[in-house]
Order: sequence, then C-alpha cells, then structure tokens
Amino acid sequence: MEIKKTAMAGTLESSDIQIMLSQGSNGLEFDLVSDVAKQFGKAIQATITDVLNTYDIHDAKVKVVDKGALDMVVKARAITVVQRALDMADEPDWKVI
Amino acid sequence: MVAEERLRRTMMFVPGNNPAMVKDAGIFGADSIMFDLEDAVSITEKDAARYLVYEALKTVDYGNAELVVRINGLDTPFYENDIKAMVKANIDVIRLPKVESAEMIKELEQLVESAEKEFGREVGSTHLMAAIESAQGVVNANEIAAASDRMIGIALSAEDYTTDMKTHRYPDGQELLYARNVILHAARAAGIAAFDTVFTNLDDTEGFYRETRLIHQLGFDGKSLINPRQIAMVNEVYQPTAKEILNAQNVIAAIEEARRKGSGVIAMNGQMVDRPVVLRAERVMRLAKANNLVDSEGNYIEK
Repeated sequence: MEIKKTAMAGTLESSDIQIMLSQGSNGLEFDLVSDVAKQFGKAIQATITDVLNTYDIHDAKVKVVDKGALDMVVKARAITVVQRALDMADEPDWKVI
Repeated sequence: MVAEERLRRTMMFVPGNNPAMVKDAGIFGADSIMFDLEDAVSITEKDAARYLVYEALKTVDYGNAELVVRINGLDTPFYENDIKAMVKANIDVIRLPKVESAEMIKELEQLVESAEKEFGREVGSTHLMAAIESAQGVVNANEIAAASDRMIGIALSAEDYTTDMKTHRYPDGQELLYARNVILHAARAAGIAAFDTVFTNLDDTEGFYRETRLIHQLGFDGKSLINPRQIAMVNEVYQPTAKEILNAQNVIAAIEEARRKGSGVIAMNGQMVDRPVVLRAERVMRLAKANNLVDSEGNYIEK
C-alpha cells in the first residue's frame, strides 16, 4: 500500500518511541536513534518492519527516536503511525491489529 | 450478579497514552486497574492510546488485578472503535463515562455483544460499569445499575457532578451526600459494586483519609484513585481490626461446628448466627487475607 501522507506517532518521553513515516521509493530506509541501539536497534527495526509488512508497505522512510520503549510500545506506535499515514486512523483494519 | 464477589477497594486510573505508566500499572497492588482512553488522552492522540492499551493488554502480565478501560463517550467518534479494540484485547470491564440512562448501557451492551461475536470472544464475558457524572445520572441510578447482566459496578464521578449541581467540592463532602447514598443503594439493590469518586488533592493526606473513612462507613466497595500512593491508604482504612478478625474466625468455626453436627442453626456464645453475620465474617476474612493479616489457612498473624 502507498503512504498517503507523512505521519508521526509517539513522544520523546521515557519508555516511549517516536516514529515518523514518509513516502520512499527504495525499500524501507531506517534512521534510528536510541541509547540502546547497539543492543536493541535490530529488534526495534524488526518489530516496525513486521507491522509495515502486514499493511503491505515495502517502500518508506522510517525515522525513529527510541527512548527505551518495550516491544509492545514499539508495536503500538508503529500501528498508530501506519494507520495515520494511510489515512485510516478512524477506520482501523481489525484483521491486522 | 455476573462476577463472583471480589475485592474492589482500589481502582487506579492510568493515562492510556503514557507507556511508562501503562507498563508499570501492575506493580502497585491495585485491586482494579483502569486504563483511561477518555479525559486523560488529548483529542489528537485517541488512536495512539487505543493501540497502546490494546498492545499492553495483549502482552503485559497484570497479575490478579481486574482490568478496566474507560472508553470515550457515545457522543464521540471514538466510541465504537474503542469498544471493538478493547473487546478484542480481552478486557475484563468496559467503563462508560457520563451515563444518564439505562438505554446508554443497553446500546453499549449491543455493540459489545457484536464485537464479541466478530472477534470470537465468548458472548457475555465482557463486563460493564457505569460512571455517574450528572444529576440525570443520579436520578436514574437504579435503572442504570440494573440495565444489564454484564454490569459489575457503578461509580460516582464528582467533578462533573458537582459542576452540574452548580456547586464544587468541599472538604466535608456534604454536597455529595445524596449522590453517594443513591449510587450505593442502586448498586446494592442490583447486587453490583459501588465505587466512590477520586480525591484529587494529593497533598491533603488528612482529607483523603477523612473521605475514605466516610465512604468505608457508608458501605462503598472502594474508591477510584489517581495516584498509586493512595492505594496503601485505602487498604489501611479497609483493613479489619484484630478483634473483627477474631470474631470472624469464631463465626466461621461455629458454622463448621454446626455443619459437623448436622445442625441448621448456628450458635456462637449462646447467640444465633444468621446469614448477614456469616456474610460479614466472610468479607472480613477476605479483607484480612488481602491485607496479609492472616495466613493461607486463616490464622491471624501478629504484626
């Protein structure tokens, strides 16, 4: 699916993660900032990639600022940002969630 | 009554869009945890909070706490999606704000039932509760409390209520006396729990104790809380005394003795023990256990 607009979800508070999603044409291009990037960078990217794939998004720029979010928070913020970028925040896809 | 009698002394509010609070909500020992999708979440973040609470319910272990979510009201565009997401996430109880009539509960019940069918959840397994926040709600409290078999409780929400009544909250709580008694009677008549309102001034410890002692005396099951610090204070007020525990143990021993003798009449110290005494004794023992005042066999532990 194609991203309709640039969207953002999450905050810069502790235990949260902020994800910005915008149109891209060269696969999923990650830009990840995290104090724990060494330990968890791959896991964070994997979780976000999983969510993007379930929405059939394969080209996008993904800017991530992690503040120590648990995996469930990463997933929740990823779902939120995708639904916003696809302009379907009010009509969620219940099969995906 | 749909659920077995359980202790509901403390219902802690947790802002639904705050990951740090949502993930840690289980560690404070609240009897019920209430994730808030309504007033604690700004209008632009309603979707974010919904998915955060959804994922938390799916993954975090909150122990034995009863899990409640306050959804957005039925006059908002978030109402139906909140219901669907929370039913799908297997929430224990959906709390509807600003309830004024039995019809509002019946409408909610229908939507919950269709969500249960849509997501393959057992029909009837999602419980409901109502927050009473207006004069209209208080006037209709009886029919609201009895509106559905799914109802487990009703709660007073005093900030909106006092505004509706053209007053505000006072330290002595006189302005809430009528509403508290109406809600309590509606709850007891319907066989469900009654929750008192939040106490918002965190610096007024004395005022908090005063209010908690009052609602404990009236007979409320417990209180809504905005800060984990308040949990221990409520539990302290609800904690039975050593004398009450001893008495409850005697009542329970007398029942046991009567059962052994095959006698239908229970006597203790030459006095008949009737059903209300037994029910009270059982509740005292539940409270004593929850406060770690007795061991698993019901023996009193000196502190």
